[in-house]
Amino acid sequence: MAYSADAHGHDDHDHHTPGFVSRWFFSTNHKDIGTLYIIFSLFAAIIGIGLSFLMRLELQSPGMQIFSDGQMWNVYVSAHGLIMVFFVIMPALIGGFGNWFVPIMIGAPDMAFPRLNNISFWLLVPAFLLLGGSMFVGQGAGAGWTIYTPLSDDQYQPGMSMDMALFALHLAGASSILGAANFITTIFNMRAPGMTLHKMPLFVWSMLVTAFLLLLAVPVLGGAITMLITDRNFGTAFFKPEGGGDPVLFQHLFWFFGHPEVYIMILPAFGIVSHVISTFSKKPVFGYLGMAYAMVAIGVVGFVVWAHHMYQSGIDVDTRAYFMAATMVIAVPTGVKIFSWIATMWGGSIRLETPMLFAVGFIFLFTVGGVTGVVLANAGVTQILHNTYYVVAHFHYVLSLGAVFGIYAGIYYWIGKMSGYQYSEKLGKLHFWLTFIGVNLTFFPMHFLGNQGMPRRYPDYPDAFWGWNLVASVGSYISIAAFLFFFYVMYDTFRRKVPASANYWGEGATTLEWQVSSPPPFHTFDELPRIR
Amino acid sequence: MLAAASLGIAKLGTAQAQDMVGAPHNWGIGLQAAAGPIKERIHDFNDLLLWIIVIITIFVAALLAWCLWKYNAKANPVPSQNSHNTVLEIAWTVIPVLILLVIAIPSFRLIYYQDRARDADLTINVTGRQWYWNYAFPDNGNFNFDSRMVADADLKPGQLRNLEVDEPLVIPVNRTIRVMTHGQDVIHSFFIPSLGVQRYSIPGRTIETWMRADHTGTFYGQCNQICGTNHAYMPIVIRAVPQAEFDAWVASARTRFADSTGAAPAPAAIAAAVAAAPTEVQFAARQ
Repeated sequence: MAYSADAHGHDDHDHHTPGFVSRWFFSTNHKDIGTLYIIFSLFAAIIGIGLSFLMRLELQSPGMQIFSDGQMWNVYVSAHGLIMVFFVIMPALIGGFGNWFVPIMIGAPDMAFPRLNNISFWLLVPAFLLLGGSMFVGQGAGAGWTIYTPLSDDQYQPGMSMDMALFALHLAGASSILGAANFITTIFNMRAPGMTLHKMPLFVWSMLVTAFLLLLAVPVLGGAITMLITDRNFGTAFFKPEGGGDPVLFQHLFWFFGHPEVYIMILPAFGIVSHVISTFSKKPVFGYLGMAYAMVAIGVVGFVVWAHHMYQSGIDVDTRAYFMAATMVIAVPTGVKIFSWIATMWGGSIRLETPMLFAVGFIFLFTVGGVTGVVLANAGVTQILHNTYYVVAHFHYVLSLGAVFGIYAGIYYWIGKMSGYQYSEKLGKLHFWLTFIGVNLTFFPMHFLGNQGMPRRYPDYPDAFWGWNLVASVGSYISIAAFLFFFYVMYDTFRRKVPASANYWGEGATTLEWQVSSPPPFHTFDELPRIR
Repeated sequence: MLAAASLGIAKLGTAQAQDMVGAPHNWGIGLQAAAGPIKERIHDFNDLLLWIIVIITIFVAALLAWCLWKYNAKANPVPSQNSHNTVLEIAWTVIPVLILLVIAIPSFRLIYYQDRARDADLTINVTGRQWYWNYAFPDNGNFNFDSRMVADADLKPGQLRNLEVDEPLVIPVNRTIRVMTHGQDVIHSFFIPSLGVQRYSIPGRTIETWMRADHTGTFYGQCNQICGTNHAYMPIVIRAVPQAEFDAWVASARTRFADSTGAAPAPAAIAAAVAAAPTEVQFAARQ
């Protein structure tokens, strides 16, 4: 694809950069809001990963070490899940990179609704405070991130804490819905002349599909938790069998949101990986249309597979058969993506710099997480793997290793563009290897624990599970050290201030962000670029 | 290697036929040894899956390694600009579909086999409660009893921490047992890996499944759905014994838990009553 940006100022002559408070607190600039999202996500990651550190300390050996009781443990498990999903991965990938690069890549001066964009971000802050606060109120919200009723009812999680967590989800959900509406409008209406849908970079495609998933899935979660809030506080009985309600209804509603949610977290990473692979192979993406429509297919099919999370909930065997078949279908477009990435590398001229290391790592680890997903699609096997550590291993391979590797790839790929300063390649590579070893050591043994039948959400386990838990804990300490080292890499980047040129990756990087300076001018384009 | 190891463990387990113990092992990596026909079939199917996913993973890893080795900037300074190959794209769409078909056919067979017992010899009502299990025997006078974890302080030598209970669920070996799960407070999950059985127990619902032990022995399981502060402390122990021993146990249990009769969870009785009468006759005939 050939782009030409006709004119754009490399200096700020027409740009009146606002003062600190109005720039960062009342921001309407997509790049500044993107930066806020990324900073927010890193901050939330410190908390979320900190929780997992305490959890791994507890699980390092059998018996209760540092947690006072199971409820406290459940509160930590729930908070870890919710924080990682709603306040780390989504803000980084969608709010962060999405805001930063969707407008630039389609040649738009900004998002369609800049003030809505601001509200989207600032809704997340009170949401996070509510969720964080819920851990310190009463006995906490300890029903898992899936908040299944009746455990999340007023009877079993009494007090304000669960309500705070539910309101946190409402705010985060509203933030996501507003953001999604903004992305859809931006992508449909603000593409530069010549930028047809079939010329859009794959990251923009991934954000478009993600935005639709958000728009259709999150309101269902909103409805479910509103019903839960009224069950808890106003005497309704939507999910209470004694009042004619049904706990399984909640599971259907939750997973109708929850399954698209996992694709919401991974699709933007797909987009980033496509760009990185193409750039560092110096080749256009292989099978562009197949790649774009594979994501659309994953998005569509992702909406009709939700009950594969509920094989043990007593749903009818024919229903299970349907959900099994539908779930396995997702492996096909996912396979198209994996093989297209490899075909992009095939015949290329590959430079293994840090973003590429993370992208190749992503492909391999996502494959591992993907094939265990195919195993779990089969209700027959899930009869003994459901809710075990095998599931924990599976979703951490696709999220903690997949989505997070996507985030790291994005940061190393674009940090020079976003900040104007290039990171140290040596430190970046060291960070990759530390992370790669750490996360695999953490999560691979969990397959074994799951095979052996270790249930998830246990603070204390039978002694036979000790060995692999110890290995996993050691792995998690390495991963956490790697995470802290990442902050040093960032600190080093901003301390050394090595200036980044407009297109510091060279000829492989072809999308529009590489045609503007690093960092781009405040309003990016003075004149709309034309895409030929 | 993985597959071989899990196979090895399975064989090791089934070789020790007498009084087997279905429990996790130190450093175990495969599935717990199979103690019944459902689990046997899960093993067969899981082995197929394991081969497929290990081969796919190795294949992808090999392709990646090949690309990094053959097409790195030093070895291949001038990249090709080829970005289409229709045959290839059709191949990597169709071949995964075929692989999925290979998986799907035995998979469907397995879930219909697992679904429910055709001719159950015995029905047991299982109720998950915070934080213990209640078992009721509607075919045998509907006595019921609670099964609670043995605290660390009360463990006898050789007992497994967090897995032992005061009153195990006793079942006859080589008999098909219908399991009806009921919920009372929050959702729990009745999960015994070595028998290959798991169902939630959900308030307001009765869920049917079945199990069968081919070996006498003790089979351990744990609650597998987050259920509050003592989620980790409500294990399940199933003792499979010969029919005669089972009958003796029932006789003593009926007197020991006599005051519980009739207090079993209500919805159980309806479904169970249907199966109850003929089953008693069958038992009598076998003795």
